[in-house]
Amino acid sequence: MSPDTGARTETAERVLEAARTAVGGSADVDVTVEHEHLALTRFANSYIHQNVASDTDTVTLRIHADGRTAVNATTVTDDAGLAALVERTVAAVRLSPADPGWAGLSSRAPLPVASAEPDLATGGAGPEARAEQVKAYVDAVGDLTAAGFYRNRLVVTAYTNSEGQALHGTVVEAAIDGIAKTASSDGASRQASRRMSDLNGAALGARAAAKALASRDPVEIEPGEYEVVLEPTAVSDVLWVLGGYGFNGKSLTEGTSFVRLGEQQFDPSVSLVDDPLSGPAAGPLFDSEGTPRDRLELVRDGVTRAVAHDRRSAREAGVTSTGHAGASSAVEGAEPINVRLEPTVDLTPTEVEGPAADSSVQALVAQVRRGLLVTDHWYTRCLDPRRLVMTGLTRNGVWLIENGEITRPVKNLRFTQSYPEALAPGRVLGIGTHAPAFASKYGAYSAMAPALRLAGWNFTGGASG
Amino acid sequence: MSSYLDAADQAVEHALALGARYADARVMHRRTESMSARNGAVEALDQGETVGIGVRALVGSSWGFFATPHLDASSVRAAGRQAVEIARASSRVPGPASMIPADPEVGSWASECEVDPLEVPVSDKGDLLTAATAVMRDQGADIATGVYQIWDTRKWFVSSEGHRIDQHIRECGGGISATAVGERETQVRSYPSRRGQYGTRGWELVTELDLAAHAARIADEAQALLRAPQCPSGQTTLILGGEQLALQIHESVGHAIELDRILGWEAAYAGTSWLDLDQLGSLRYGSELMNIVIDATYPGALGSFGYDDEGTKAGKRDAVRNGIWTGVLAGRESAAVAGLDYGGSVRSMDWSRLPIVRMTNVGLEPGPHTLDEIIAATDDGVFMDLNRSWSIDDKRLNFQFGCEVGYEVKNGKLGRMVKNPTYTGIGPTFWQSMDMLSDEIVPWGTPNCGKGQPGQVGHTGHPAAPARFQNVRVGVRG
Repeated sequence: MSPDTGARTETAERVLEAARTAVGGSADVDVTVEHEHLALTRFANSYIHQNVASDTDTVTLRIHADGRTAVNATTVTDDAGLAALVERTVAAVRLSPADPGWAGLSSRAPLPVASAEPDLATGGAGPEARAEQVKAYVDAVGDLTAAGFYRNRLVVTAYTNSEGQALHGTVVEAAIDGIAKTASSDGASRQASRRMSDLNGAALGARAAAKALASRDPVEIEPGEYEVVLEPTAVSDVLWVLGGYGFNGKSLTEGTSFVRLGEQQFDPSVSLVDDPLSGPAAGPLFDSEGTPRDRLELVRDGVTRAVAHDRRSAREAGVTSTGHAGASSAVEGAEPINVRLEPTVDLTPTEVEGPAADSSVQALVAQVRRGLLVTDHWYTRCLDPRRLVMTGLTRNGVWLIENGEITRPVKNLRFTQSYPEALAPGRVLGIGTHAPAFASKYGAYSAMAPALRLAGWNFTGGASG
Repeated sequence: MSSYLDAADQAVEHALALGARYADARVMHRRTESMSARNGAVEALDQGETVGIGVRALVGSSWGFFATPHLDASSVRAAGRQAVEIARASSRVPGPASMIPADPEVGSWASECEVDPLEVPVSDKGDLLTAATAVMRDQGADIATGVYQIWDTRKWFVSSEGHRIDQHIRECGGGISATAVGERETQVRSYPSRRGQYGTRGWELVTELDLAAHAARIADEAQALLRAPQCPSGQTTLILGGEQLALQIHESVGHAIELDRILGWEAAYAGTSWLDLDQLGSLRYGSELMNIVIDATYPGALGSFGYDDEGTKAGKRDAVRNGIWTGVLAGRESAAVAGLDYGGSVRSMDWSRLPIVRMTNVGLEPGPHTLDEIIAATDDGVFMDLNRSWSIDDKRLNFQFGCEVGYEVKNGKLGRMVKNPTYTGIGPTFWQSMDMLSDEIVPWGTPNCGKGQPGQVGHTGHPAAPARFQNVRVGVRG
């Protein structure tokens, strides 16, 4: 057991018993106790301007009784606070309207076996260790301006329910995410891992600086459809969008997802998995309903195989939960959180001169007669989930590719593009040989994303509109 | 509650004893409740209570922040100590940090509230949503959803300069949406907007919305959109409804005038701003009709408070006057770095997060027209209403918005309904093309503004009214 896991498990069991006693006999009850240590050192204009840490304990109680459901959470974890939690939840469930979508509690089931114990030193790293990584990044950026963050996070979770399911898990993650700036350009680099020793602030700072220097004084080009090489950083956005809107069991049942199970919706080179056992840890090996989460094959050789479900959406679809319940999945639907696009082979790339992220990206660039190399996507928003048409912008470096060579930097462009149609059969011209790991800026999601060479990407606006 | 002020005092005193030259502490207690209904049934009822303290310490020219939910004497002193230790570590990569002077405010404030939303029985609130969504479902909506959200927040703030402030802010709101699913598209109509309407008011705000009365209409309109023609593409005259204009203000003015962005503090994440402080007071942002005010005192609006989270008393200030950029959203720290003399716009999501520069209520003063007059004065154009999608670049210049519904405007009259209305442009060019503005101001609330790392969700208000813009590119499609 990890430190503090026992105390959290004991709290969960105590609240479970108190709630069962208060609500009576046949009610379904589950309890989640979560401790999060989150520390983040943020830098801008090449100095640390915000540096924070917090410890949060949250107890979440869910009761389903007489066809009604209520969920209540508290950070007041002393005896009085937990008693009040039980009292409020019981009161709410008695007054709540009926919940015909209730799908019952998870039954006892074992967890998949994790490949390694969590690195507690990473989760508990102090401000001095974070400052050292930031200093290395800033120093490597040199005369340019650096901005970004270093983060480490430790989450201990205990779950128990009235069906006898009892689980606990510890998740550790560290991430660096930054940019280097010149007067006319930005360059980005980022990395996430379960071990802070995997992260190299100096190398990442140098990579960001190289990209920023290579994108100075960009020119504006005409919008239109271009062949593109999306760097792994941009591909991570594509994967999260596909997961959130498309491989979402509730969206599929309601008819708003593009997904059609069993059909060749993607190029045969595309295989996509949700894998909680590799890459940065986005969450424990079970979900908020106590369902174990294992490797889920979403797409194999271009054929759509599965979507993510919580118990509610699984019941409606007539399948079983895949272990993807979350705080908002009852409303928004369950979605993959550890997405990996399989690289063609998994080779460790080498550093290259110029703006390409590494030799894996450079190899795809070499195949392009005329197109664009895109570092990052920014502010991508859905126009319509049915075709998954997104609009957004490029960021942190775009270059024109001519005859396999990166010839000049160009200004950022706006795109309006259906993501699945960009990956449709025949549209994927190459996939990188390495899938770096990223943590989402927006939530507890991870991605492992190789670069992509795509036949077309619809740019609908330039820097001047 | 004096015990919470005492807890904050202890944290501040301990931070000072360990070497901080400034410290503040904020205890927050928040109760929340939200409910979602779909197709006539409740699908989620979530309630929550959170209490804790966040301590900020300035050591030399470096900052540290630590937060804990534990409010016993030992824990709050430890929080003060950890804030100092984090600040000392920050000095490994040092920069400028100071604060503009401030009066040590001592006071209390509470938002207006006629009906305490947490005291309204859950069953009554549930009946409201299930009834409205049942009407939409019966009227043909494929997906009928309704939501309400309630926040009841108490704060106790103490600083080493003598601030002692407590506040009680109650916020709530809600809305309904109908989705029609077609072969290769979805269409949505909402009331009063996709996110709903929110304010620093009691349950009376939701009652006044009268959600059920609009349910059948929006279900019909969602179905009608499936059959409607596409919004035309090209340059045209654009009339925006007030709710869409509120989001336009939020994205292309509110965020652009945040001083932390202008200073580069958000460069790697939320982005910077196209604005240069050297042009403050002279830059033409928009047409003469454009008067944008930063007003944290706007009664009932979602961005209202008595004091910000640095203890600065709420006030009102011009951001844009007669089209000229005149003011920013600032805090005491960013103002000091920028050489300005005012703050007042710093808030945090909860006790566990660092206070950062945030919009309060940023909105338009009324214009001289009505929507009817604007339509009557338009020979050829498109009217778009209720936001559906939003995207803007990291300098807050290049935007593209999608709305739920559009209507052709021909010869001074609304014409055919059109679907998938989108428009795109560059902020100052767009605002300078505004040639008609209505006086029908509504203080729209935005309860989902994301900013900061670790991420924070902010509540902002945007008084806005329908307006007309010239030569706007519409009908962008993928």
